[in-house]
Amino acid sequence: MAEFLQFCASGLTVGAVYALVALGFTIIYNASDVVNFAQGEFVMIGGMTTVFATAAGVPMPLAILIAIAAAMIIGLLLHRLAIEPARGASPVTLIIITIGASIFLRGLAAIVFDKQFHSLPAFSGDTPVLFGGAAILPQSFWVIGGALVIVVLLWTFFNRTLTGKAILATAANRLAARLVGVNTSFVIGLSFVLSAAIGAIAGILVTPITLTSYDVGTLLALKGFAAAMLGGMGNPIGAILGGLLVGLLEAFGAGYLSSTYKDAVAFIVILAVLFVMPGGLLGRASVERV
Amino acid sequence: MMRRLMSNRLAVPAILSLLVVGLFFVMPSSFYLRVAALVWISALAVIGLNLLMGYAGQVSLGHAGFFGVGAYSVAILPAQFGLHPLVSLIVGALAAALLAFLVGRPILKLKGHYLAVATLGFGILVFMVIGNEAWLTGGPDGMPVPRLVLGDWRVRGGEAWYWITGALMVVGSWIAVNLVASPTGRALRALHDSEVAARVVGVDVARYKLIVFVISAVYASVAGSTLALVNGFITPDAAGFLHSIQLVTMVVLGGMGSVLGSVVGAAVLIVLPQVLTAFHDYEHLLLGFLMMAFMILLRAGIVPSLSAAFAGRRA
Amino acid sequence: MSILHVEDIGIAFGGVKAVDHVTFHVEKGEVFSIIGPNGAGKTTLFNLMSGVYRPKFGKVLLSGEDVTGREPQELARRGMSRTFQNLQVFFRMTARENVMVGRHLLEKRGLFAHLFALPATARQNRESAEAADRFLDRVGLAAYADMPASAMPYGALKRLEIARALAAQPSVLLLDEPAAGCNPVETEEIERLVRSIADEGVTVVLVEHDMKMVMRISNRIHVLEFGRTLAQGTSAEIRANPKVIEAYLGTHGSKEASVACR
Repeated sequence: MAEFLQFCASGLTVGAVYALVALGFTIIYNASDVVNFAQGEFVMIGGMTTVFATAAGVPMPLAILIAIAAAMIIGLLLHRLAIEPARGASPVTLIIITIGASIFLRGLAAIVFDKQFHSLPAFSGDTPVLFGGAAILPQSFWVIGGALVIVVLLWTFFNRTLTGKAILATAANRLAARLVGVNTSFVIGLSFVLSAAIGAIAGILVTPITLTSYDVGTLLALKGFAAAMLGGMGNPIGAILGGLLVGLLEAFGAGYLSSTYKDAVAFIVILAVLFVMPGGLLGRASVERV
Repeated sequence: MMRRLMSNRLAVPAILSLLVVGLFFVMPSSFYLRVAALVWISALAVIGLNLLMGYAGQVSLGHAGFFGVGAYSVAILPAQFGLHPLVSLIVGALAAALLAFLVGRPILKLKGHYLAVATLGFGILVFMVIGNEAWLTGGPDGMPVPRLVLGDWRVRGGEAWYWITGALMVVGSWIAVNLVASPTGRALRALHDSEVAARVVGVDVARYKLIVFVISAVYASVAGSTLALVNGFITPDAAGFLHSIQLVTMVVLGGMGSVLGSVVGAAVLIVLPQVLTAFHDYEHLLLGFLMMAFMILLRAGIVPSLSAAFAGRRA
Repeated sequence: MSILHVEDIGIAFGGVKAVDHVTFHVEKGEVFSIIGPNGAGKTTLFNLMSGVYRPKFGKVLLSGEDVTGREPQELARRGMSRTFQNLQVFFRMTARENVMVGRHLLEKRGLFAHLFALPATARQNRESAEAADRFLDRVGLAAYADMPASAMPYGALKRLEIARALAAQPSVLLLDEPAAGCNPVETEEIERLVRSIADEGVTVVLVEHDMKMVMRISNRIHVLEFGRTLAQGTSAEIRANPKVIEAYLGTHGSKEASVACR
C-alpha cells in the first residue's frame, strides 16, 4: 500500500507537468490548428532562466517572474516571426516550422546558458512528508498544487473574461469569430503567450525534482503531445486527464514492471486506447460529412 | 521540350543517375564521397516515406523504427546465425515488411494527429527494445557490423560505397516513380485527396494504406541496413525518435509528393549540419533558423516551390 | 425484381432522426428522384445507400442481395457508384487521372508489375487513359483532360465526378445534386447526360433541387420531409400532391405553385 501511494505521488507529480504541457498544446491547437512541437522548450526556458537568474543573485520570486516573462516574450516572438508569416501553409509545414523553432531555441539555450544539468532549491525544504507509509517530497505538492491553480485560473479566464471567450470563439469557428469582430491574429498570438507561460511555470515547479538542462524540452513535448492525443486533441480536460494518466502509467510501469521500459508502458496503453477509441478518451466521434 | 521531358516518368531516375555520376567527378576527397553516400542512403529512406506521406497522405513519426530493424538485422544476423550480410539485409527487409503489416492494420485506421502519435509510439517501442535488450543489440552503446564481402571483394572506402548507395537510391527512385504512375499509385493519391470518393469507385482504402506502409517500411529497412554496413557500427539512435523526425522533415523540406524533393530534402539535412559544424556552438541555432526560413519561404517544399516559381516565370 | 430495394431504413445523429423508416424500390433502368426541402435527409439517405453510413435499422438490397452495412468499395464491386453534393474530387490529380481512378475495379492490380513497370502496367495505363478520355468526352470535358482538377471551374468538376462514376461502369448510379450551382445551359447539358445514361440501361437515383429538371426526367419521385417519406409517385402525381406543395412553399404558396408548375 505504501508502495502504491509512493508511485501515485510520483506519477501525479510528473503527470501534472505532462498535463500542463498537453494543455499548452491544446490551447495553441484550438486557436490555430498548429501542433507546436516547441512546447517543451517553454518548460526548459522556465527552469533554466530561473536557475541562471538566481545564480546571478536575483531573489527567487523575482527570478521566477523574469523566467515566465522571458518565456512569454519568446512565445510571442515565435508566433510573430515564424507562425504568422507562414499563415495558410499546410499543417505539416507548420509542424516542421515548430520543430525548427524547437531546435533553434535549444541551440539558443546552449549558448545563452550552458549544456550542464541544473537544479533549483525546493520551495519548502526537502524533508519528505510521510503519508500512509509513502514519503512524498514537499515540492510534489507545489507541482500538483501549481497545476491545479493554473487550471482554475485558465477556466476562469476562458469562461469569465471577454478575451478568454474570444479565444474560445476562435477555436470553435475562426471565420465566424472574425466576422463578429474578433482579432484572430491577436487571439492566436495570445494563445502562444499563454501556453508559453503555462509551460514555463511547469518547468520552474518541477526543476527542483527532475533537474533541467537545455535539451529537456524534446522529451516533454513528446510526452505532452502523446498525453494530449490520449485525452482527445483539442479537449482541455482530456489534456489534463491524458497528462496525469501518462505520468501515472510511467510511475507504475517503472515501479511494478521495469524502469527501463517505463515509457513503453505509457505508449502501449496509448496505442491500446486509440485502437478502441480513435478520437482519444474524451474525443468526439466524428461523422464524415459528404 | 522541357515539359515533355519532365512529364516522362523516367525523367527523375535519369536526372538522379546523372547527378550521382556527375557529382563523383567533382568530389575533392573521399570524405565528401562518404557524406554523399550518407545523402543517398537517407534519400532512399525518404523516398519511401514520401510514398506514404506525400502521395498517400499518411504521416509516420516512427519510421526510424523500420530503419533500425534493417540496421540491426545486418549487425545481429551475421553475429548470431552467421548469415551473409546481403541475406541479412533481405531478411531485415522482410522482417520490417512483416512488422509494418502487423502494426499497420490497426494503426492506419487512425487519422491525422492520432496516426502521428500512434506511429510515434510504435517507433519508441522499437527504440526501447533495441536500447534495452543489450544481450542481443549491445544496448545503448551499439554494436559492430561485419564488413560486406562480395565474392573476393571486401567492400570498403568512400568510393565503393558511393557507387553502391548511389545505385540503390536511383533504383529506389525508379521503383517509386513506377508505383506512382501505376493503378496502385493512382489509388494512393486518390485516397489522399478524398477517402470516401476513392471508396465509392471501389478502392479498398485500408488495404492500399497498408500496402504503401509496408513498401515504405522496406525502403527504410534497406536504407538502415546499408547505413549500418557503410559505418561498420550501429547505435540505437538510428531507430530513435529524433531520427524519425529528421526523416519526416526531409520529406516536407524537399517537397511532399516529389521523388526529386526527397533527395533534395535529404541532401539539405545531411549536408547542412556538416557545414554548420564550422560554426561550433551555433550549429543548432543556425539549423533551426534555416529550417524555419526554408519552410516559411518555400512552404510547399523546396522542389515543388521552386518548380512552380520556375513555371510561373516562363508562362 | 427491383435492382435497388431500401426497406424501412433509418439513422439518427445525436438524437436527431435524420432518416426515419424510409422504404422504396427502384426498378432497373429508371430515373428515380429523391426530393425534399433542405435538411430533409436526402444526402444522408444517399450515404446510407452507398455504405458511407451504417444504418441504425432497416435494410438495403442491391439486385436482391442484402448489402446493409457493407463498405462502399464492396458496393462498388456490386455495381453501385455515386457522385457527391460537396465535390469529392481528387484535386491533386489531372481530370484524366481522376477518371482513371474510376476504372480501379476494371484495372489489373498486380503490385509486382506496378513496382517494376512490367509491360502489363504500361498497357493497363494506356487502356485506362483511353477509357478515361472516352468518359471525359462523353461529359464534355475532353479539353480539360490534362488540367489539374484544382484548376478546373466548378461546373466542370460536377461533370468530372459524373465521368469518374461512369468510368466504373455501374449498374446503379447515385447522383447527388449534379446540377447544383450550374447555370441554365450547364443544367440542360446535365439533364441530357442523365437521360442518355438512363437510356443505356443504367439505373439512376437522383437528388436534385432543380424541380423543372426533376419533373421532366424522372420516371418516379420520392419526397422526403424531416427524414420521413412524404409522398411517392410519378411527376404528375407529385406535382398534384397538396402535401408536397405545402412542404415546399407553405400553405400560402400552394396556389401560386400549382399555377407555376403547370
